[in-house]
Amino acid sequence: MATYKPVVVQAFPKLGERITQDTVYWRGYKTPVQIKEFGAVNKIDFSPVPPYNYAVTASSRIHIYGRYSQEPIKTFSRFKDAAYCATHRDDGNLLVAGSEEGSIRLFDINGKAPLRQFDGHTKAVHVVGFLSDKYRIFSGGDDYSSNLWDIPSATEIVSYSEHTDYVRCGCASKVNADVFITGSYDHTVKLFDARTKSSVMTIEHGQPVESVLLFPSGGLLVSAGGRYVKVWDVLKGGQLLVSLKNHHKTVTCLCLNSSGQRLLSGSLDRHVKIYSTTSYKVVHSFNYATSILSLALSPEDETIVVGMTNGVLNIKHRKPEERKEKSRKKRQPAYRTYVKGRTYMPKQEDFCVSKPVKRVLRKYDKLLKSFQSSKALDAVLEPPIRLYTPEVTVAVMQELHRRGTLRSALAGRDEKQVNLLLTFVARRVIEPRFTPVLVMVADMITDIYQPVVGQSAIVDRQFLRLQEAIGKEIDYQEELLEVLGMMDTLFATFTKKRATYLEENKSNGLTETIETNMNN
Amino acid sequence: MVAPATLRVVRCGGSTLHGARAVFSADSYLLCASGDFVKMYSVATEETLRVMGGHADLVTGIQLNPHNHMQLYSSSVDGSIKLWDFMDGIPIKTFVVGSKLLALYALACCEDSVFVVIPKHGERDTFQLVSVKLTKAAGQDLEAKELSVVLDGVDASPKRIAFGREGEYVASVKDVNLQVYFFKQKQLNRFSVSATKTKSGNNHFTCIACHPTEDCIATGHADGKIRLWRNFYHKKEYTFSTLHWHHDTVMDLAFSMEGTSLLSGGVESVLVLWHNESDCQKDFLPRLGSAIEYISMSSDGALCCTLHTDNRITIINSNLRFSKSIQGLIKSTDVKTGLVVDPRTKALVLNGEPGHLQFYCLQSDQQLFSLDIVQRQYIHQAGLNQADLVKVAFSAQGKWLATVEEREEVTDPELQLKLWFYDEETQSFKLNTRINMPHEDHITDMCFRNMDELEDDSLILVTAGKDCVFKVWVMVEDTDPEAQQSVSWSCDFVGSYHNYQATNCCFSEDGSLLAVSFEETVTVWDSVTWDLKCTFCHPPGKIRNICFGRLTCSKYLIGATDYGFLCCWNLLSCALEWSAHLNVLVLQPDPLSEHIAAVSWLSKESSLFVFKPNEPRPIYIQRNLCKEKIQLAAFVPRDEPETIGSEKYLWLRRSQLFFLTDTQELMTLSTKSLEERLTPSSKQLAVEESLAVTPFSLLLGKHRRQQSQEDIDLGKLVVRNKHEQDSPAVKELLHTPAHVLPSASFLCPIFINSLLISKENKSAEEFADEVEMESEKTEDDSDEERDVTETEQEDTSPMELLGEMTCKLSKSQEKELRKIRKMDYSWISAF
Repeated sequence: MATYKPVVVQAFPKLGERITQDTVYWRGYKTPVQIKEFGAVNKIDFSPVPPYNYAVTASSRIHIYGRYSQEPIKTFSRFKDAAYCATHRDDGNLLVAGSEEGSIRLFDINGKAPLRQFDGHTKAVHVVGFLSDKYRIFSGGDDYSSNLWDIPSATEIVSYSEHTDYVRCGCASKVNADVFITGSYDHTVKLFDARTKSSVMTIEHGQPVESVLLFPSGGLLVSAGGRYVKVWDVLKGGQLLVSLKNHHKTVTCLCLNSSGQRLLSGSLDRHVKIYSTTSYKVVHSFNYATSILSLALSPEDETIVVGMTNGVLNIKHRKPEERKEKSRKKRQPAYRTYVKGRTYMPKQEDFCVSKPVKRVLRKYDKLLKSFQSSKALDAVLEPPIRLYTPEVTVAVMQELHRRGTLRSALAGRDEKQVNLLLTFVARRVIEPRFTPVLVMVADMITDIYQPVVGQSAIVDRQFLRLQEAIGKEIDYQEELLEVLGMMDTLFATFTKKRATYLEENKSNGLTETIETNMNN
Repeated sequence: MVAPATLRVVRCGGSTLHGARAVFSADSYLLCASGDFVKMYSVATEETLRVMGGHADLVTGIQLNPHNHMQLYSSSVDGSIKLWDFMDGIPIKTFVVGSKLLALYALACCEDSVFVVIPKHGERDTFQLVSVKLTKAAGQDLEAKELSVVLDGVDASPKRIAFGREGEYVASVKDVNLQVYFFKQKQLNRFSVSATKTKSGNNHFTCIACHPTEDCIATGHADGKIRLWRNFYHKKEYTFSTLHWHHDTVMDLAFSMEGTSLLSGGVESVLVLWHNESDCQKDFLPRLGSAIEYISMSSDGALCCTLHTDNRITIINSNLRFSKSIQGLIKSTDVKTGLVVDPRTKALVLNGEPGHLQFYCLQSDQQLFSLDIVQRQYIHQAGLNQADLVKVAFSAQGKWLATVEEREEVTDPELQLKLWFYDEETQSFKLNTRINMPHEDHITDMCFRNMDELEDDSLILVTAGKDCVFKVWVMVEDTDPEAQQSVSWSCDFVGSYHNYQATNCCFSEDGSLLAVSFEETVTVWDSVTWDLKCTFCHPPGKIRNICFGRLTCSKYLIGATDYGFLCCWNLLSCALEWSAHLNVLVLQPDPLSEHIAAVSWLSKESSLFVFKPNEPRPIYIQRNLCKEKIQLAAFVPRDEPETIGSEKYLWLRRSQLFFLTDTQELMTLSTKSLEERLTPSSKQLAVEESLAVTPFSLLLGKHRRQQSQEDIDLGKLVVRNKHEQDSPAVKELLHTPAHVLPSASFLCPIFINSLLISKENKSAEEFADEVEMESEKTEDDSDEERDVTETEQEDTSPMELLGEMTCKLSKSQEKELRKIRKMDYSWISAF
């Protein structure tokens, strides 16, 4: 003998982006704080030591911001023209910056006046940085040269003039104190060793290089230029590992997260994309108001700071982790009460009495089981089900229709209930998964309550809303069909694509049903 | 050895069980009329213990002999009443009445007569209840011509006549009339209800039951009402009360043994128990699966059983608890899925309960399991459009199952394609993918690409639909490793041909070609690139069936058209090879050979043609296979190739052909004669096994086992013992009926001789003797084999076999043996 089978609520696959661990992680930021700077923000650099202040280079100033401060803690403004690329040393005590006039200045983080000034570049210096031994500085300038400076003596150690265009980005190796790389607008990335007189490796990126990055291990190099982000294996002599083309405008900045598992790239197309460094697939993406020039992530991914072309600094702080233990106040029964006796193996002489498993049915199922159609419909029109799980409501309606009792269940309702029903139908009828059932329900309601139209203003209004919703949907479908027609002609000019036939059929069917129902 | 017998059409899978009410015997057996047979089931184990055959036509009534509870009366349309000893399954007596018997009633008060319903002589559709005097004369076949009419104008249905308290009166209903005849008073009272027609039907009588102790008659009506009649001694002052719960026809009624409660059942498939004949006290046993046809109570009142329209017996405890269910082949109203063979279990798969797929084991005549496909509550109500299963396909290994269910709608049908994966752990099919609306219109055909080795990754499913396309579905691996199931199905290709409806689809044996028929045209597609390769057409007439040839004939494509043509196209030359004028209903290729069976329907009889595609002449023709239209057929592979004597029936060697007729009778073709098929030994075994394990049997069983253990230990001596038991003399002695044996004095010396412990060589000789006999048997077999296939290599000769087996003996010993053996034979022949 069969038991009662509950109503099958059809589960539809969720369309759109799938929620992954990454989405959850990267969504865990508060609404951003916006700070207006004086010009385009060309560099953001976090201090490697707590409290993780960050230096923002914009126009002729360098601002140091604290973690939650809206106002700069400190400002370096001894520049005649634009300053570039303010970078912290590993110990967080020194700060170096290039400038438009070609001089490189070294500041104490607590002082005001520059400690050293390195002159040698004839043109603007867009990139400066410390080597990992802390006593040397590398720089790259618009005079096509990449230089190496000694901090104590403020003299130039070596100058490489290998690039054939502006040098706009660079980065020092964390594992080897002598190695640094620079990227240039001549489409190449060059790897220099301070012990040699010339570059040790040249990598052809293919576009003007806007940003370079070395992985903490020093084995992988990431270069960004044009729309491409390319990952190179340095240890294999500069072999291209993967080329990513996920932006539709020039990629301007690169950044790794604290664990080194994710790579972030910001672009002029206003997006920050986050890649997994194992699969090199985009796992998440942020959207910003204007083109992005610079990007930085604080240690522990606590803060994302993005600088834009219009001088706006966008700061996102991570939400504090919710403490789940605190919210659970009710004391649950101990674990052992659940497992008590579960593992008991009956002995041979034991006589087993099996307790019938009690199946818990939902309220609407109980009512359907006893053939109470009207009440079952009432049960699924209650707010929580109607609002949060409309698929249950629709499934019960379909089941009632299957039993041939939908009409009688819909009939004989007062103004309030009819209003409720019509609100539900008007709201959900345009959802493709509910359309077939709800169109039929709408049909029946119209049939049943036709004689009383005009007696209640509320119900009349709902009828009008329903009509409006369906009218809109038809317009929309027509538009879609037009687009499809246009696309078909386009496709026809290229190659024969088979899949389009299928899509065409599907959408045709949908509109047809709606249209026929409207005709009724 | 099997003699080259003619091919017989054999009914299998059990006929309809609802010929008559089932009867509980006094010792918990259930007897049931099933087609031409009476079946005996064990209530405890649900097993079929015995099938009693003897009637030449449908059995219409069974009743226990009221004077002997070990005997059973059965009546049949063939005009005879048989008295059975159902414990042994032998007919004791046969009474030939002469006219069709439509119902049978036996009463305790009438010692030597039973009541039967027969058609009135000379009038159509009028029946009368007559009592038949059963003569007590000796002999097996008796004439029973002493008929006396009791009631005239009764209904043919056995449910519409009931005998009252201790046989004092008989009540019969027909249309809106109830008539009660009192035997003692010889008084006939007629009552009638006014014929009304309501929404739920008219109020015609449908069934009747009489209270066992009181004067009360319960009648069921077509509108779902139950009326309880009292005081029907008076023609005018009779009273009745009404019980109403059923919304549709009341199919049967039964009073409990004490009469305190009334059971009723109907189309709703709910058994209702009415307490104290009142409307307010009732209990229900819902969801019994299908409409209740008959209800019967056991004599002690402990059990009750319901017979359902779908050929199932449900046994229910007295406290209205479901106890057991006996089910064979479930008869669904319409077998839309066709006959499909499950490659895993070799079971026949077809529609079962509504929305279920039944796996029916042909060997054991029982349902293996029922798979719920639709997974929705089925409402037993007429006129409802409910989803039902229409198409089924298995992949080659039975790992995947594809099902299509549809619900007929006014505007557009509701379709679902489901793909099920066989889960080894749970040993059942698990839903993998559900596709809503795979086609815009009905799906006409569906098939898997059956490639044995490449079961996993290159499995392809093709569905053909009335929406003028066929679709190719493939498995896609889910790239996300966190997802629970790694594969799902999605559409890969949609093909169409000139906007014609796709009607059939079929893959070639190697899976390289797909043939799809579009109305009048057959299109052949490459299954890798999905390019249209060629088209075949045989106008006029739409294509009804297509199939590819197999093995050596794989270059042929066979098609049957509406206007009665069977065509065979050659795929290499793309030309018509041959065609024949034949109105083919069913075209079924044998999966294990080249043979193709075609069932045609010609002037009210079905004929079977078996042919190979490479030659237009059929190998085998059987005209007049059966009178009914054959709807479906299937080849079921045999477990082991059968030895078939005649070359004519070679095509039945590897697989067996089953077919299903219009009336849902499952039939097969058999070369064996009737006697061979009904070997009672297996059934005997079943009885023995079903015996309860008593302490005594345990003791004895243990003892026996011990003995056999000892036998093995003792070795030689016991071998001899065994031989003694096996010796023909003892066998003869023990197995010959006592009344034909000669006098004891004659037998005694022989018996004692046989018990004598012979010398060493004697036992060895017997051993050799046995081998000789065995080898003779194999010789027979091999002869037969040679008959069957001329090409087959001759088997090892018996002499060689013998030599091998007895190689330990020297030649001289062997000679001696032969000598002694001859002597041995001679004294056996003294008998």
